Order: sequence, then C-alpha cells, then structure tokens
Amino acid sequence: MYDQLKFLVSGDSNLVVEVGDTISREVHHKVQALYSAITAAAIPGIEELVPTYRSIAVNYNSFVTRQDELQLKINDLMIAPQASVKSRIFDIPVSYGGNYGPDLEFVANHNNLTIREVITIHTQQEYPVYMFGFAPGFAYLGGVSERITTPRLETPRIVIPAGSVGIAEAQTGVYPQESPGGWQVIGRTPLKFFNPSQDPPVFLNIGDLIHFHAIEQEEYVGIEELIRLGSYEVNYNVV
Amino acid sequence: MQVLEVINPGITTTIQDLGRYGYQRYGLPVSGAMDVFSLRVANGLVGNDEREAGLEITAVGASFRFLSDAVIAITGGDLNPHINNQAVSMWHPIVIEAGSRLDFIESRAGFRAYVAIHGGIDVPLVLGSRSTDVRSGIGGLDGCSLQRNDILSIMTEESSLTFSGKTIRFDDIPVYDHHHDVRILLGPQDDAFPSESISTLLSSTYRIGSASDRVGYRLEGPSIEHHTNADIISDATSFGTIQIPGDGMPIILFADRGTTGGYAKIGTVISADLGNLAQAAPGDTINFATVNVDVAYQSLESQRHVLIRISDSKPIMFGRREFSGFVSGKPFRALSPIKEIESSVTAPILSDHTVKVRAAEGGLPTDFTVHTRTIIESPGE
Repeated sequence: MYDQLKFLVSGDSNLVVEVGDTISREVHHKVQALYSAITAAAIPGIEELVPTYRSIAVNYNSFVTRQDELQLKINDLMIAPQASVKSRIFDIPVSYGGNYGPDLEFVANHNNLTIREVITIHTQQEYPVYMFGFAPGFAYLGGVSERITTPRLETPRIVIPAGSVGIAEAQTGVYPQESPGGWQVIGRTPLKFFNPSQDPPVFLNIGDLIHFHAIEQEEYVGIEELIRLGSYEVNYNVV
Repeated sequence: MQVLEVINPGITTTIQDLGRYGYQRYGLPVSGAMDVFSLRVANGLVGNDEREAGLEITAVGASFRFLSDAVIAITGGDLNPHINNQAVSMWHPIVIEAGSRLDFIESRAGFRAYVAIHGGIDVPLVLGSRSTDVRSGIGGLDGCSLQRNDILSIMTEESSLTFSGKTIRFDDIPVYDHHHDVRILLGPQDDAFPSESISTLLSSTYRIGSASDRVGYRLEGPSIEHHTNADIISDATSFGTIQIPGDGMPIILFADRGTTGGYAKIGTVISADLGNLAQAAPGDTINFATVNVDVAYQSLESQRHVLIRISDSKPIMFGRREFSGFVSGKPFRALSPIKEIESSVTAPILSDHTVKVRAAEGGLPTDFTVHTRTIIESPGE
C-alpha cells in the first residue's frame, strides 16, 4: 500500500488513481473506501469509475474538469478507514462434477485429492470479488486454496457453457456467458452472472464475498426453473 | 417506420452510437463507433441528437435498399458511396427516395463510413446504448452485426421527415491518408519501460497488422522492451491505450476492448486523434509523437467547435425566383436566386412541401446527386 495516492495519466479523459501495487484484501479495501468517497463527492465531470485490484480509473469529461483539478479534489477527499468496509456474502449454488464439471476428476488427481475433498476445499473459502473484466460479469476472485490449484487445459474448449465454475492456477471463477475457455471446469451454477435485461446487469459488486455451496443436479434444475420464472432471489448476508 | 433493408452487409456493418458507458466496472465493454467524430458529424448533418445510432460500414461491399424516403448523411471513410449507381457526395445531408439503392463500392480513403438517418435507427436501448457489442451479444439488432435481409426502422414517421439543411465547413472535413501521425500522452505505465524503449516508439514507423479489428490494432515494427516483463496487476483500459505485451509489439485498444488488461500500457492516443486513427486500414503506417495534456484538451475543444458550427449552421433559404436545371442528370427545379449559388447546390425536398436550397460552402465538389420524387415549391420564408 502506498502512503499517498498515486495518479497516473491514461489519456486526456482518464485518470488512474492507484492505492498500492499488490493484490491483497487490505489494498482492495482501500480501493473500495476510495470508490465510496469519490462517488459520494459527486465531483462534476466524473463520468465513470472503474475500480480494479489496486486502482480506480476515473473517466472524466475534459470540457467540465481537467486532470490537475481532479487530482486536487480526489487528494482532498476524506477516505473512511478500510476497517469500516462492509461486505455482502453471496451463497452461490454449484452442482459439481458430472456433465456440469467435466474436469473435476482431473483437478482431484492433479492434487492427489478425492473428488469430495476438492468440493469441500472449494466450498470452504469465502472468495472476495476483486474486480470484473475479461467478459461482462466475469469476477476476478481471490483466496483460492493452494491445495486445489491446477494449470489451465492444454487445449482450450471451444464452448464453455454459461455458469461454468472453473479453476486456473490459483484462480477460480464463473463463466458468465457461453464462451471459449481454458479453465478446468469443476461445476456449474444456475445463477446468471450476466443478465443484460437487468440494470445493473450483474448482481455482484466489487468487494462482495462469494461462498460456493454444493447442490445436487435436481436442485440445480429446480433453481434454474425458478430463475426462468423470475421467482428466485439470490441469498446474501452482510458482514 | 421501416427505412432500409440490408442487401449485403459487406465486410461488417454494425449499428453503433457513442458507446455503452457506465458498466465498465461490471466488465461490460464500451463498444460504440470506432470513429466517434464522424458519427457525431453525421448525426449533426441530419439534425439528429448526437447520441442517435447510425451504421458503421467497413471497407467495401455493403449495399442497402431504402424502403421509405429518408434524409441521410454519409461521413467517415470514403468508401465510394453510390446511390442508384451514381456517385454521391459525403459530409452533407441527402434526401433519398424510397426504392433507392445505396452501395459502398470500394475504399478510396479511410476504412469506415458512417450513415446517420434522420430520426435515428430504432433498436432497443440496452443498458443505455444501442451500440452493437458482438462479443457480449447485446445491442444493435439482436446483438449481431447486420445480416442480409435485415430490416431497420427509424424512430419517426414519414410525415415528420425533415431536411435539416445543416452544413459542415469544407476545412472541417477530415482528410484520411495511409500514413497517420498520431499524438499520444505517455502513461499510465510508461515507467515500466526504459527511456530507449520510449525513444523507439517515438522514432519508428509502425505498420497496422492484418489481425486488427474493433478490439484493437496490432502494430508491426521495432519491438518495445520492458524493464523486466510485460505483466502488471490487471487494471482498467481506455480508448486509445497502447499496451505492450511480452513480444514487444504495440496494440492500440479501440471500441470493443476488454475493460481490463494485464499488459503494461506505455501511452494513450489523444481523443482528438482517435477518429482519424480509426480510419486506418491494415497496412497503413503510423508514427507517434508525444504532446502535453493541454494540447490534447485544446484539440478536442477544436473538434467540439466543428460540431457546434454544424449545429448552428442555417440552411441557406432562397427567395421565390425559379431556378431549374439538371444536377447529376436529373431535372431539378426550385425557387431560388441562382446568382447566390456559388459552386454547387443541393436541392432536397420534402414531403411536407418545403424546399430548402443550400449553397455549398468552401468549394465542395459539384457532382451532387439529387434524389427526390418531386421538387415542391417553397412556402417562402
């Protein structure tokens, strides 16, 4: 973590505010606190904020404000102590293995674990959502146990279904849309991680925590049906 | 109202507006027009709000049939547009008659043409924008680039068709070349590169590679070395960012870029130069030069004034004297003191019995084509 905010020029309509140069909960809490402070300040000319692991890109309208003015205003903000950052914990149902998780066995063998152990380890953690990127609704999660890290597939799949839960090295994540990909797919969630007919199109936010829990295929089908009918609520608690 | 049918989408034709801002934090790309300036001008010329969606047409081969009368403007790259097999000039409003065919024959200068239609293309707003984001499968017509036989509508009825008579000054029309001098600001990660690398970037000529598209332009030329390696902790990208992956070959990120990236970014093209750069075709060459941010702001301000001048331009209304003749082989009659018409004339007409005759400014070419059913007498103003 830096002692002071670091400002980086990224063109004439984008100023990057960096708070540190590591991936950690601490740095990310500072990002969230800074994000809240900038949002609350409603500084004229700021059009969009894009928070990431350790920085926030501030998109601005140069007809309204300029980078030197923005820098002064952001530097003057009172940033709440990171300790006060509240997180929502989402419970994400996942059907592991079988057709939904064709690589679960490979992940188990690679780590000298049983399938059940992989599921237990994967569902034990609370994974912070550090940022979105790569695809709409694709959350970069932290906190994967070293005991289940697995390299990417040697040959990426042409189609990975939406909702697929994967592991790649020390990362885990959910494919929000059908796409090609090289992650080891261990399960699938019926939840829609990207839904463009809703605004916002993503129910998760940066700073949320994700907890996966294992469900049977029948329950998966049941939740899928409830989602189709529009009567499924995603569960979360605030901590 | 249905306005046109796609006979052939050419290489790629998509519906684009100024982009889908506000959702980058969810990983949703901005998309939008590659050459935002040209789309804004096209909308201005037909009297649309600058946020209306238009067509972005790539390089060669696109053809359309108009299903109703319409007022359109074609801007951006000169893809040699023809209406009913006659060359038509760009950068001013045109009245086009139902049944007419619009073809883009070949790329003569620039790479992407924009067509704005008075009334704006009627596709649903998805998260605040009509832009087609093909990779996310949203916006435009069903989230796809246009296909043969697609039919587009505009958000207006025929009875409200009006000719804006808006004009752009000749000097304000961009000129496209196959070499591009591009101004950049260094950053955000220029400190990931030794000074020799920055010198290499600024002193070398790069060629735009064939694997370039709406996501980014891949450049070929001298390799840019990093201090240690190309990887950074992934952070946000911006329109025009020049990222340098491990092989040292620059990639300039464009409209469909991912919202975040993990390669060091050496610099960013200034906003005012993005439009012309978006008109660059594979094989074109680029030189980079650094400027300071004030130059970037001033250049963008100058571009804004072009749009304000278009918006403020008044159609030149002539009096009641009859003027008749031929323009591009078609009989033409209007009420106008011809002596006030300098080099050329557009003479559109409209179904609501208004004639507005515009003298082109600044020596526009004289090969205007007039596409009208009839010329109707002016009510006089």
